Amino acid sequence: MVPGRAVTLSRIQKTFPGGVQAIAGLDLHVAPGEFVALLGPSGCGKSTLLRLVAGLDQPEGGQVLIDGQPARLQSGQRQGLAFVFQDAHLLPWRDVLANVALPLELMGVAAGPRRKAAGLAVEQVGLSDAMHRYPAQLSGGMRMRVSLARAMVTNPQLLLLDEPFAALDEITRQGLDEQLRGLWLERRMTILFVTHAIAEAAFLAQRALVLTRRPARVVLDHTIDLPLQRSGSLRGTPQFAAQTAQLYEALQRGDRDGTA
Amino acid sequence: MATSRPSWLRLGLPPVAVFLASMAIAQGIVELKLVPAWLLPPPTRVLAALWNQWSVLGPALWFTTRASLAGFALSVLVGVGAAVLMVSSRWVQRAFYPYAVFFQTVPIIAIAPLLVIWFGWGMQTIIIAAFIVSIFPVLANALTGLLSTDPALKDLFRLYGASRWATLFKLRLPAALPSIMTGLRIAGGLAVIGAIVAEMVVGQSGLGAALAEARQRQNTDVVFAGVLLAAFLGLGFFALVNLLAHLVLHRWHASEQ
Repeated sequence: MVPGRAVTLSRIQKTFPGGVQAIAGLDLHVAPGEFVALLGPSGCGKSTLLRLVAGLDQPEGGQVLIDGQPARLQSGQRQGLAFVFQDAHLLPWRDVLANVALPLELMGVAAGPRRKAAGLAVEQVGLSDAMHRYPAQLSGGMRMRVSLARAMVTNPQLLLLDEPFAALDEITRQGLDEQLRGLWLERRMTILFVTHAIAEAAFLAQRALVLTRRPARVVLDHTIDLPLQRSGSLRGTPQFAAQTAQLYEALQRGDRDGTA
Repeated sequence: MATSRPSWLRLGLPPVAVFLASMAIAQGIVELKLVPAWLLPPPTRVLAALWNQWSVLGPALWFTTRASLAGFALSVLVGVGAAVLMVSSRWVQRAFYPYAVFFQTVPIIAIAPLLVIWFGWGMQTIIIAAFIVSIFPVLANALTGLLSTDPALKDLFRLYGASRWATLFKLRLPAALPSIMTGLRIAGGLAVIGAIVAEMVVGQSGLGAALAEARQRQNTDVVFAGVLLAAFLGLGFFALVNLLAHLVLHRWHASEQ
């Protein structure tokens, strides 16, 4: 089992180019192996937050610590980190296997072990039949699964996902949610999952953070009170509805606070 | 993916039909004596000129083919290379791009005599002329392609610690290939034009020189035969670039599917 990473944000300040304050003094701690959903209205700065954690951007003030170390794109930290974008963003000139192998290739892993690991990751997302197909020949859901496999191929200890399934239809999205949940139960890496979908946050995460409109603040830090093993039928239960109701209420409160 | 792939017959028939019909009309106009034959030589006479003058036209065509191919290849190498240098540094791009535009606007017919003075009467002058008129579309399209790399993929490469070289060869250049191919399609035809114009000015060898001489002697049938060969040479270039684009892109790019 891969141990997860701890993520600590303290007094983060970040301004968008153009001067709009995205994040003003945000604090946050994520324990190793936690599955945290970041829930907030569109444009509230939650994607920005994720980029700061990845080390893709630097904050103007405050600190991002990963296992107590400042988050920068250094070789040591890169090993354990993976990022899934809003769309699949695959290389169209590479087949599924070669796309999934890309992170290992860039990290300098030899061809043999690389292919083996990529093959396993493709299998894990259920795309063994499509191993040698090109992205243009895949459906949107399949492409997103390739993107997920590409993130998983390095066995990340910290997985960052930025509204990854937002563009998919409801059924496909639920399928991918279950797949991601399964991967987490198996590996227990730390996951930060950005979304604006309440049900998705409740179904996936152990803990949900509801953010206000920008500048983003945490309006609710809520532990999701649902069993560890979750299946699709859970979505119809009263317990599930109770969780989503609380998140919904907080989201509305955050929206009001932000505009006031 | 296509359910009914167009056959070669269906692809080739319309243009061939248009060609034969226009030939028949040209022949008819002259046969009916609407226009004198020395002004508009009928296709039969053009074909005859092509046959009779092949000892001159054949080697001329071969010379022009080699010169324009060399000029075109030089454009591709220098154009793509310069585009890569320009995207590696904003400063280089700002400093040199305006001078690249010079290549697009330079009137080749005006500077061809200068090229003769600098590079002599041989093929190298023709190659350089073909290069000058064809480099800009290669450079401009390669630059556009290299500058429009998906930012998310650039982030991905950063996350995994990709070197500049890896990012260039595994991301930026392959992503720019469709744009580069567009540049090559335009440049192919231009290289042929540049070579022929320079040959007309230099007047030593090649289709351009043969055309200039035939025009002076008012051998309009030979002029038409030469123009016909030049057109076929341009078509050949276009087919060559299309084949190249198909080989490179057919598996993944929408333009080839």
